[in-house]
Amino acid sequence: MTAPPTNGAGLRSLRFRAEREADWRRLEGLLDKAERRRASDLSEAELMALPLLYQSVISALSVARSTSLDSALIAYLEGLAARGYFFVYGARLRWRERLSGFFRGAWPAAVGGLWRETLASGTILLIGVLAGYLLVSRDADWYGTIMPGEMAQGRDPTASTAFLRSILYDGHKADGDGLSLFATWLFTHNAQIAILAFALGFAFCLPTALLLAQNGLGLGALLALYGSRGLAAPLSGWLFIHGVTELFATVLAGAAGFRIGWAVMFPGDRRRLDALAEAGRSAGTAMAGVILMLIVAGLLEGVARQLIRADWARWSIAGVTASLWLAYFYLPRGGKR
Amino acid sequence: MASAPSNVAADSVANPLARRLATPEGLDLRLTLASAGERAAAFLLDGLIMLAILAAVTLAALAVLIGGRGGGREVLAMIWLLGAFVLRNGYFVLFEMGGRAATPGKRALSLRVIARDGGPLAAESILARNALREIEVFLPLTLLGASAAAGDPVDSAVAVLGLFWSAAFLVFPLFNRDRLTVGDLVAGTWVVRAPRAMLLADLTGANVHEGREPFVFTPEQLSTYGIKELEILEGVLRRRDPAALAAVANRIRARIGFAAAAGDLEEAFLIGYYTALRARLENRLLFGHRRKDKFDVA
Repeated sequence: MTAPPTNGAGLRSLRFRAEREADWRRLEGLLDKAERRRASDLSEAELMALPLLYQSVISALSVARSTSLDSALIAYLEGLAARGYFFVYGARLRWRERLSGFFRGAWPAAVGGLWRETLASGTILLIGVLAGYLLVSRDADWYGTIMPGEMAQGRDPTASTAFLRSILYDGHKADGDGLSLFATWLFTHNAQIAILAFALGFAFCLPTALLLAQNGLGLGALLALYGSRGLAAPLSGWLFIHGVTELFATVLAGAAGFRIGWAVMFPGDRRRLDALAEAGRSAGTAMAGVILMLIVAGLLEGVARQLIRADWARWSIAGVTASLWLAYFYLPRGGKR
Repeated sequence: MASAPSNVAADSVANPLARRLATPEGLDLRLTLASAGERAAAFLLDGLIMLAILAAVTLAALAVLIGGRGGGREVLAMIWLLGAFVLRNGYFVLFEMGGRAATPGKRALSLRVIARDGGPLAAESILARNALREIEVFLPLTLLGASAAAGDPVDSAVAVLGLFWSAAFLVFPLFNRDRLTVGDLVAGTWVVRAPRAMLLADLTGANVHEGREPFVFTPEQLSTYGIKELEILEGVLRRRDPAALAAVANRIRARIGFAAAAGDLEEAFLIGYYTALRARLENRLLFGHRRKDKFDVA
């Protein structure tokens, strides 16, 4: 056996690289472009070329692993192949397709699939309401414990009936014109609580249940306070014009939290990791919807409630939104794929 | 595994963060998970960026407030509130939905989020993994604030207990093999290194010794080392540290019994030997002999 040439020209791995390097560089350039901007910025020809170039890099990597000992080259190809893989199989949908898929099927399907958890979460909220109502009706002192001063905003057992009534119809005009600011604050606060309720589900459901019950307690206490002055009916109009949407969203956030907590505790016959990942996907879809519902609730609260003062109109909006949500989430759909 | 090249198998034993991902083409991509330190660094970077944005927006709002009329105050406060909400909940989500599936902090450390099953990274997974930051980060922060602010010793003690409880979610990645955060667990994702490797010039093409006759080695001189030593030699040649080059050149000459000619550059000798050794080892690869290292005598 003669000694191989030492200038490297005869190395097969070098020839292999020289023949393919242009393709690799081209794929690298296309990926740079695609990652920097959106995939839709690539031209038709470039989009067609990308998977082919990816295939050629994949096969080059496989050849290089078994024939080349240039570890820098192999590292480069590994990185390029991985980037190509994430682009080609990442199946990045355009925003319009994503949104239409979400509204047409994914959202209602995710919520519908959570019906057991939704029932549980709704029940806990109701128990909270009931407990709050009973506690405060028996002994008004409970009110201060359940509703801290900042939440109560002067609505406490010592307030006059006229004041309590004025809140229902005059909005927060008494505080100056901070009305839409208050609505904005309420939205961000409620949305943050909903996200927290979801996340807490991971800790074996219990903290989520506590958060739901606490929300219910406050509601029940408020009902008891207004009920004791004969203002229960007007209060329900004031509350439920947006509360139907807001409470439903809170219940769904709790339900999504229960779903992941349940998967942690009882994964069934799947691996715990797989069960959790699957639960996380449907819960994540439901949570995107929860945020949307809270925005709707914020608008109803900040705008509609201030414009509409008649109880019957408030009740009808509450009724209409309730039936719309229920129909959207739970009615079977024709032509569903 | 049977067909897997042995040097990589050895690698994955050495590196507990190495993972394989089978592509539909039947190739196993070798990925490396981000270490806990890298992830913490990326998160801190993101946190700083978020704080900087918040501070800038707040200062701008204050400037407008002081300089302008009182009428826009409410609108300004609303925009600030909504902006802070979007920043807190949207920063991670929007960046991870982008083409590189990484926040600026992760990009700076060359990391990206991928689905554990190798499939597409769904928007709902990104939402779920980041919603859990509420308990990973914001809950401990809130409780930290509460424990510092509480005047009553009982309140303070409760807050401290809560802090310990919630800190468990924060340090979760340290206690599992895959460095999964609570959010990764729920979303079915993990975070991998995605370095943008440069294609380096092939060393055998480098000619640092114009005019000298090519180095010639006997087969015996070339059968001294295996692939592992070749890779180490490649590393030394790429770093180009003169002291290391001289030490390695002397070591190899002594081992293979190669007489140094006067005026020979160490680097030129090493490149000559590297080229010859690689040619021989690659040739043997084609015949199915993969010589792992110098102890591997077939």
